[in-house]
Amino acid sequence: MAAAESYPDDLKYHPEHDWARLDGDEAVLGITWFAVDSLGELVHFEPPEPGATVAKDAPYGEVESVKAVSDVIAPLSGQVVAVNAKVIEAPETVNADPYGEGWLIRIRLSDPAEVASLLDGAAYRQVLAEQ
Amino acid sequence: MAQTLLRTPLYERHVALGARLVPFAGWEMPVQYDGVIEEHRAVRGDAGVFDVSHMGEIEVEGPRAQALLQELLSNDLDRIGPGEAQYTLLTNEHGGIVDDLIAYRLDRCRYLLVVNAANREADFRWLKEREIGGSDVRDVSDEYALLAVQGPNAIAKLGLRPAPAFSFAEASIDGVELMVNRTGYTGEDGCELLCMTEDAVALWDAVLARGVAPCGLGARDTLRLEVCYPLHGNDITPDTDAISAGLAWTCALDKEFTGAGTLRRVKEAGPARKLVAFVMEERAIPRHGMPIEGGGEVTSGTHSPMLDIGIGLGYVPAAQAAPDTKLTVDVRGKPRVARVVKKPIYERES
Repeated sequence: MAAAESYPDDLKYHPEHDWARLDGDEAVLGITWFAVDSLGELVHFEPPEPGATVAKDAPYGEVESVKAVSDVIAPLSGQVVAVNAKVIEAPETVNADPYGEGWLIRIRLSDPAEVASLLDGAAYRQVLAEQ
Repeated sequence: MAQTLLRTPLYERHVALGARLVPFAGWEMPVQYDGVIEEHRAVRGDAGVFDVSHMGEIEVEGPRAQALLQELLSNDLDRIGPGEAQYTLLTNEHGGIVDDLIAYRLDRCRYLLVVNAANREADFRWLKEREIGGSDVRDVSDEYALLAVQGPNAIAKLGLRPAPAFSFAEASIDGVELMVNRTGYTGEDGCELLCMTEDAVALWDAVLARGVAPCGLGARDTLRLEVCYPLHGNDITPDTDAISAGLAWTCALDKEFTGAGTLRRVKEAGPARKLVAFVMEERAIPRHGMPIEGGGEVTSGTHSPMLDIGIGLGYVPAAQAAPDTKLTVDVRGKPRVARVVKKPIYERES
C-alpha cells in the first residue's frame, strides 16, 4: 500500500527529493513521498557498501521501479554506517512508509555544517509547488 | 510538446481514472492506473483491459490483395481462411523486420493488418509503394479503437463463448458492434475488441462494468516480457532477422517473400547470435541496451511481478544461447550474473 502524501517537519530536505533525519553526529537518509510517487512501486534498491563515503549532492545508490531507475542523491556528506536490509529485501517498504521503515542508509556526518544548506518542510513543499 | 501528442478516444476516461499518462510512439497513453504490479497480477489472475487504440490498422483489399501480401509478409496466408488470423512479419530485403503484426483474413480478398503504433506510417508507406494492380492499401487506423481484454476470466466476464486462438468473429457487447479477435500480447486467454472509434467510450464503460480492471502500458510490457513476446524497436528491428530472433516459425521459407533468400542462408548457416531469455541470479534489473559479457546486449529487461526477479531478452553469441548458460550483464558498471532459460520465462503452473 502506498503512503499518503506528507513531508514531516522534523526532517531536512534536499531539492532532489531526499530527506535527512539528524541524530547527533549521524543522519538517516531516505527519499521523499514525491520521489516515491514519481517512481511507482519500488522493486530494487542498490545500496552503497557499509563504510563507503557519500558526498553531498552526489548519488550514493539507485532505486528502481518496474519501469525506471533513479539515482539517490546524498543530502549530506559522510560515511555509511548502516544500510536498511529490510528495504533491500522488500523495496516496497519505501512505498508504504518512506520516512519510517523505508529509510535507506545511516551515515556519520563528515561536515555537520552542511545541514544549514538543506530545506525545511515548508521550503521543500515550495520547491514541489514550483515544479 | 504535449499538444502535439495524439490521444485515443478514451483519453478522458483515462484522466478520470487517475491514470499516469506518458508519451508513447507519438501518443499520450496511460502507463498505469493504480500500479504496474497490481495491474499485472489482475491480468494473470482475473481480467484486465488495455486501451491499445494507438495501434495502426491497415486494410488491403482486392483480387490481388493476397498476392501482394504473400510477397511482403513472411508467414503463409494460404494457411488461414476467412475468420482466421496469423502472426507475421513485414520484412526488408536484408531479412530484417520492418514490423511484426497480425493479419486478419476478413474475406477471401480482404485483409486487416494490425500494426505497431510506432510503425503505422512506415508500414503504410512500405505497403503503398509496393501496391500492385488489383490491390488497394488503405490506412484505416482513425476509424477504429482497439481494446485488449486479457486474463483467465476475460472471456467469461465479457459473456463470450470460447473460441480457438487466432480466430475472430463479429459480436456485440451491450449494443456495441465489434470484432472479437482471439489474440493478445500477455500470454493469457482473452481477446482484442475492435470497434468503431465513436463506440470506444461505450465499449470501455461496458467492459469496466463487467469487473475488468483497467491496465496500462507498463503492465502490458511486463506481461509480454514474462512470456517472451518480442517488442518491435527493442527485441526485433529492421536490422535484426527472424531466424536470430527465434521467429523462424513465422517465416514460410518455402515461399518467396522479401528477404527470404537471406533468411534461408541464415537458417542454413545457423545464426551468429540469438535472442535468448534470461533471469537474473543476483538482485538486479536488466534494462534495454545493457552490455552482456562476450558481445551480447540486453534488448528488453524488467522486474518480473510473478517471479519477483529481474528478467530479460537479449542477443548473445550462439555459443552462449543454450539454456542454463551463465551470462554476465553489465548493470551500470556492475557485473551481475544471469542464466539463460527456455522461453517463455513465466508459465502458469498447470
